[in-house]
Amino acid sequence: MPKTYVTILGKSVKAVAKLRGGGSALPGLVVERIDPNFIKNTLDQLPKGVVVISGTNGKTTTTKMVVELLEGQGLKVFTNRTGSNFTRGVAAALLGETSLSGKLKADIAVLELDEAHAVNFVKTIRPRYSLILNVMRDQLDRFGEIDTTQKMLLQIAMNTTNTVVLNREDKRIAKIQNHLKSQKVKFFGLDKLLVDQFPTDDTLRGGEVAKNNTGADVVLNRLAVNKAEFIIDGKAKRTNLKLNGIYNVFNAAAALTLVRSIVGESIDNDKLLNDLSNVSPAFGRGETLLVKGQPLELVLVKNPSGFRLGLKSFDPRNYATMIAINDNYADGRDMSWLWDVDFESLQEKGVSQVSGIRAYDMGLRLKYDDVKIDNIDPSITKALKKFIENNKDKPKRIYCTYTAMLDIRNKLSKIAKVEKIS
Amino acid sequence: MTGREINILQLYPRDMNIYGDFGNVLVLKRRLEWYGYSVNLLTYDVGDSFPDNIDIVVGGGGQDSGQNKIQDDLLKIAPKLKKLADDNTPMLVICGLYQMFGKFFKTVDGNIIKGIGILNVETYGRTERLIGNIITISKEFGEIVGYENHSGQTYLDTDVEPLGLIRVGAGNNLESDSEGARYKNVIGSYLHGSLLPKNPKIADFLIEQAVTRKYGVFYSEPISDCYTREARETAMKRPR
Repeated sequence: MPKTYVTILGKSVKAVAKLRGGGSALPGLVVERIDPNFIKNTLDQLPKGVVVISGTNGKTTTTKMVVELLEGQGLKVFTNRTGSNFTRGVAAALLGETSLSGKLKADIAVLELDEAHAVNFVKTIRPRYSLILNVMRDQLDRFGEIDTTQKMLLQIAMNTTNTVVLNREDKRIAKIQNHLKSQKVKFFGLDKLLVDQFPTDDTLRGGEVAKNNTGADVVLNRLAVNKAEFIIDGKAKRTNLKLNGIYNVFNAAAALTLVRSIVGESIDNDKLLNDLSNVSPAFGRGETLLVKGQPLELVLVKNPSGFRLGLKSFDPRNYATMIAINDNYADGRDMSWLWDVDFESLQEKGVSQVSGIRAYDMGLRLKYDDVKIDNIDPSITKALKKFIENNKDKPKRIYCTYTAMLDIRNKLSKIAKVEKIS
Repeated sequence: MTGREINILQLYPRDMNIYGDFGNVLVLKRRLEWYGYSVNLLTYDVGDSFPDNIDIVVGGGGQDSGQNKIQDDLLKIAPKLKKLADDNTPMLVICGLYQMFGKFFKTVDGNIIKGIGILNVETYGRTERLIGNIITISKEFGEIVGYENHSGQTYLDTDVEPLGLIRVGAGNNLESDSEGARYKNVIGSYLHGSLLPKNPKIADFLIEQAVTRKYGVFYSEPISDCYTREARETAMKRPR
């Protein structure tokens, strides 16, 4: 079938799917069936090639940063913004951006891909650049073991043609370097004093903190509330940030390293940092909404390391806390991970509301850490209402799994006027 | 009740701690404290000296790489563990350490990893992973709920009692309806979840055996199990 027809057909399915109210991957599926080379042919035309971003935690916010930073350097960027981080999602996003002749109006594609989908993707479309953020315990019910996930990430790196950007502080990621012969390797890292702030799965029960002395292109040197200092080219550079949470700021070092590799020597570092200061977190990743005059923060938690980092990043004093845990397929069905998170930091203030399908699993978990709970209600609608009513004059924070977050955003818009602050 | 101490030994927490198995240790510790005992949490990792006066032993699952790391060391301390088990010390071993408490683990590639033979069971690596919510029934503990995630399949010698019989899920292997294995006060199981928070009867069994063995008698005021019933009921309704 000629490309024009495939594109038109895909666009029509996309329009119909939109009318039906959802299904961001459906049009992609249709196009993939009819023209399996659609993605490859379209992406192969890009003058600066394809960038793949993968890893367990922080893909979405990091991708957002990379896109905005590249745009700041004057590039036109294609990305899979809809958050369907798999091949069909990419096809669906491409349809929105291609002309009828199948030409993509962009210089470069920056794609967020989850590990398992990325492995298949890079076999067909070899990325020019890749960024591997970290590998932690997540969705083990899908992939089996961390070591299996690490092997998937290795495949992405090995299929990259130009530069691979790696996390120096994650030992499973750093050692990918040893397998790379033809690629350039750049690291992003943390100052030694900050390394201990990052609990990893290995240090959870007494493993050694791995400290690595390999040189890094960008190092996160110091960190304060909404401020950070990076070492770039050996020079300390300070910037303000809208991003919060130590993990988001560390991923900013990753984004800076990647963008510096892509743009090369012509990079404007001051403009780069200035653009970084304007990046806001992605949907549900530490974003703040205004609900009935009080700020409400949504913190997405998907795995033990992410939850531990979240609890470490956000001070519970002066905030009312709610936790919502679902176990739908996208969240992971196994609840074991909650027992790898230490909740003692919530003892002093307690938790105002626990909710979600697995609310009582969360309740049990808090009980065994002696954290007081005011209310438990698996219904997110009822729980949210109580949470807002019982904490009228307080800033609020909700730790939630992925599908719980979608539900909360949806319900919030019905209960109260929601205004996005950052 | 002060002065009554129970020593819990965690086996290889550094290398064998995947899937929240620390939850089992935490539940034993807190319940013992609620019952009025003080608890010493001891850890044993590769190369440590093996502590004396152990009242409860708890071990978890690990990745294949973790199992390789502990293999030789475990064989070294096997006589001590065997003696404790024969002396009725309560032990809970989950997943990876359950397999290694058996006679051997034969990997998919045909390699034999020697186990310590406290449980008369043998395990064979398979390509398919058995993953999902699981419910079993035991005469002793009633319904047991948890989550399984393993590629090894375990077969029990005819004289070995399983921990439970499968109602939903796969369990030891795809051919029989058994899950886990028992020897004296040793419990081996594939169930994560973690196992003990939603199955306090098993936790209390381990506690009662430990206390009775050390102090001759276990008195206890009942403790609150709020949220437990609801958490179990929800778990039983969820898709595999």
